[in-house]
Amino acid sequence: MSDHAHPTVKTFVTVWASLLALTALTVFVATLELGPFNAIVALSIATIKALLVLLFFMELRYSTAMTKVVVVAAVFFLMLLVGLTLSDYLTRGWSSYINPFR
Amino acid sequence: MHLTTGSTRGLTLPDSELAVHNLKHHFADLEQQKATSTFGMWLFLVTEIMFFGGMFAAYLIYRLSYYNAWVAGSQTMEIRLGAINTAVLICSSLTMVMAVHFAKLGNRKLTAICLILTLLLGFSFLGIKAVEYHGHWVHHEVPGPNFHFEHEGNFDPRHVSIFFALYFAMTGMHAFHMIIGAGLLTWLLIANARGRFSPEYHSPVELVGLYWHFVDLIWIYLFPLLYLISHHHNG
Repeated sequence: MSDHAHPTVKTFVTVWASLLALTALTVFVATLELGPFNAIVALSIATIKALLVLLFFMELRYSTAMTKVVVVAAVFFLMLLVGLTLSDYLTRGWSSYINPFR
Repeated sequence: MHLTTGSTRGLTLPDSELAVHNLKHHFADLEQQKATSTFGMWLFLVTEIMFFGGMFAAYLIYRLSYYNAWVAGSQTMEIRLGAINTAVLICSSLTMVMAVHFAKLGNRKLTAICLILTLLLGFSFLGIKAVEYHGHWVHHEVPGPNFHFEHEGNFDPRHVSIFFALYFAMTGMHAFHMIIGAGLLTWLLIANARGRFSPEYHSPVELVGLYWHFVDLIWIYLFPLLYLISHHHNG
């Protein structure tokens, strides 16, 4: 954690190297047979990568509070979109072909 | 965005004078103008998140509905090309962030070099994507009258066609954003060469940077969803 108002070149290079390493990791994990965890692990790694891009490359960490609120609101509404839609589809008991745990 | 200042176009003015020319009359100072434009860009990107979010939601629902067909469609993807393209985009994000860094320092030459590198990496991504699209085309995997999918699994090949429809919609919209990004980078290069940016005024570079990283962000989710998560599953 740095106290600088702006990220340094070192920060950018570290983030870049981390993103490449996480990409290699997610490709490696895809070669393992983990059942439903393939999707969970892959999307978790993607979310870590997304956070790195948002916080450092897009400098959200150094942005105004208002900008942060807008981004958090966007994530909230995206969750609302996906969550409410799935809560409908996944509770349609008569459509037996839907099984998220395969 | 505040780009045309008319009178300063094509001229090289001292920094102080440039700063005055770049300040629009409805802002108190350059700092407020910059905060406002950055906030505006984020608002635009939020609408973009919701735009792509709809396609992500559709993808998720269809994957749960036609799981076997989805796995079969997903396994036609070339993970190697997808992984290379992911790395290419990540590198382009680094060069973009360095372009912003050098623009802040007022180093026109290094800003130009970083912008050119970003542009070249962007075109590399599109080139590799075109190779993939060509592969899908010759294998009759493009939805439409020529769609044909050989299979042995327990699923309807028409559902694989839905997978490819969403695949082309999502990667196509993503590629379209990259093409717009390439246009924006070209425009930045021209403005940079004309000496339009300075340590006091370089908002356009920062805002295009935000846009470019956002496009990277979308790909970060497209890559696992389209290429990886079904790789080891049985259709």
